[in-house]
Amino acid sequence: MAVRDRIEVLEQPAEQRKNNFNEVALGYNYDMAKEEAKRCLQCKVPTCISGCPVGIDIPGFIREIVKENLEGSFKILKSYNYLPAICGRVCPQEVQCEGACVLSKVGKPINIGALERFVADWASENNVQFENTEYSKEIIIKNNKKRVAIIGSGPAGLTVASELGKRGYQIDIYEALHEFGGVLVYGIPEFRLPKSIVKKEIFDLEKLGVNFLKNIPVGYAIPVHEILEDYDAVFVGVGAGTPKFMGIPGSELNGVYSANEFLTRVNLMRAYKFPEYDTPIRVGKKAVVVGGGNTAMDAARSALRLGADVTIVYRRTEAEMPARKAEIHHAKEEGIKILTLATPVKYVGDENGNLIAIECVRMELGEPDESGRRRPVFVNGSNFIIEADTVIEAIGTEANKFLLSQFPDLKTNKYGYIITNEYGQTSIPKVFAGGDIVTGSATVILAMGAGKSAAQGIQKFLED
Amino acid sequence: MFEHSDTINKIISKRKLSKGIHELWIFNPFVSRHTKPGQFVIIKVSEKGERIPLTIAETNGDNFRIVVKAVGKSTYELCSLKQGDILFDVAGPLGKPSEVKFYGNVLVIGGGVGIAVIYTIAKALKEVGNKLTIIIGARTIDDLIMKDEFEFADRVIKATDDGSSGQKGTVIDFMEEELRNSKYDIIWAVGPAIMMKLASEAADKHNLPIWVSLNSIMIDGTGMCGGCRTLIKNEKDGEIKYVCVDGPEFDGRYVDWDSFMKRLNQYREQEKIALERYLDQIGDISWL
Repeated sequence: MAVRDRIEVLEQPAEQRKNNFNEVALGYNYDMAKEEAKRCLQCKVPTCISGCPVGIDIPGFIREIVKENLEGSFKILKSYNYLPAICGRVCPQEVQCEGACVLSKVGKPINIGALERFVADWASENNVQFENTEYSKEIIIKNNKKRVAIIGSGPAGLTVASELGKRGYQIDIYEALHEFGGVLVYGIPEFRLPKSIVKKEIFDLEKLGVNFLKNIPVGYAIPVHEILEDYDAVFVGVGAGTPKFMGIPGSELNGVYSANEFLTRVNLMRAYKFPEYDTPIRVGKKAVVVGGGNTAMDAARSALRLGADVTIVYRRTEAEMPARKAEIHHAKEEGIKILTLATPVKYVGDENGNLIAIECVRMELGEPDESGRRRPVFVNGSNFIIEADTVIEAIGTEANKFLLSQFPDLKTNKYGYIITNEYGQTSIPKVFAGGDIVTGSATVILAMGAGKSAAQGIQKFLED
Repeated sequence: MFEHSDTINKIISKRKLSKGIHELWIFNPFVSRHTKPGQFVIIKVSEKGERIPLTIAETNGDNFRIVVKAVGKSTYELCSLKQGDILFDVAGPLGKPSEVKFYGNVLVIGGGVGIAVIYTIAKALKEVGNKLTIIIGARTIDDLIMKDEFEFADRVIKATDDGSSGQKGTVIDFMEEELRNSKYDIIWAVGPAIMMKLASEAADKHNLPIWVSLNSIMIDGTGMCGGCRTLIKNEKDGEIKYVCVDGPEFDGRYVDWDSFMKRLNQYREQEKIALERYLDQIGDISWL
């Protein structure tokens, strides 16, 4: 029997979307969602679940869509994952649930991400509330005597908050910035993840009784020893937020940005709405983005929407780019150029300290390195100049030492990431950690998976 | 932990110190209880505002004091607020505290609103037993803020460009005179970038360490964006440091002032647009 094709989601056309910050993927309507849901084979042994870092009952929520019971479907989703509208949008499903779907063998996996998003958006639009009925009153009352501090309100922290909040623990979640969500609000652009979606899912957590405290740099506003004294357990999910710079000559020039700064200005501070919003950004006519990951794609597509002609410079070939294929495709569709096998070696400025050009060098692929990818090496004498008003380095991030510098007893590895056991427990028994500050830069859903394990670890610790 | 009260970030009192320079006391226990000299806060005045770093001038219980000079849209807006108004967001304290300890003979220099920054640092330096000479300066005696608040120091020199304080000259003129005539162990200098640059050059001639407090453009203030990065020259070549987490104080002899000052002008065009737009909205600025 021939397998029916995937139902593709509606998208804003490239010509239109490159001029706005509205969401690119428009998702399914109800009919499309039902049609797609019907393609699910409802496997006896569902491989998709094993591909999901938070173990959602995927066939279950899809089955309820077929049965036209969207409320039931939403309940299943929310009981495994408090952030379904976010995950449906930003998870790399192709290497997780959809990659593990049996239909991916014939190239037509179920579009699980789009279905998850559809159900979550439906619930939000219809104001469907998730009733927290999983746990008995007795358990909730018993747990409510214990207090847990969560430091950092990104995906890992939010997941710990939901898992422990559902069970009745008293949760205070501390955020140094003025909005909650971590990378969800400062990193991922509006056109991939509207901020209203993040706000809504955080609002659900507040209804669960989680106490959100913004503008509080823990370690500075509250000394670490006070946190350790005041709480029964602590979760550290501060991310790997410190940008790396290539450190080539001219890095101090105006117009040289880290992707973190560029995206934080655009996303958290809404610089794309300057002067309605006060935070400025400068992009000029020609922007160059260095790197090949998802952050590079986000930065490039943001710069494009701010009116620049954008080129991505990547030192390997497109096949080695770590970004999701769909994001590379979207970027190209919008008119972003990709220059592979090249890397900047010097930034050139004018007398006012403004970037005007980038000196690059050609690369070729040599022997494989420790990551298994062929190592790019310089082609001597191949230097060339490209004009640029802006360059955005998206070459990765490293451990954020902001909190850790105030927390010397917490053991870290040679890269500065926190050492934990499989349940996120650190060298200080009541302190748990998870997300990028443990693994190094990864994905939203992996941080959420880590949050889920840490929540289990914290529960066990508090019960013992 | 503290109870969040509805008055967090409320302006408890406000006073004009000189034309365009205003002092605000703000209620915020999170900031105030643990602030050490030299640290700063990030303030977002309104919902659509930008995040601006301001060094904390003093704390008292749950309140902290800042002194603001109106130079752009956000600082004009901040100066226009009244007692009882509530700031949208205040985060802090941030940054490394000043290296306060006993050095011996210390020279502390403040220019413009930098005078407010050196105030707590100087006070702390005095408390640990240092002999303290203060030089504060402005164009005229009327522009000289906090001029009567440094009585705790061993000597105070009030430099004015027009001599209206009785001491005519720039803070740099008086600093050079001091370095020629007395022996100092360390210097602090906070003020406009050009003043700190000149002070650093003077200190370098006498081989003296000099702490300056850099006022880079910042966003998060937690080491996350790298926007405040500054080139610090060491013996070999140079090293990029983040003002928000590695600073805000550095030895001014090693700061690459040229690129630092150019980076301060990064958004000059946009700043002009934002300020003009704001001034059009508010009209009368005679209160400033």
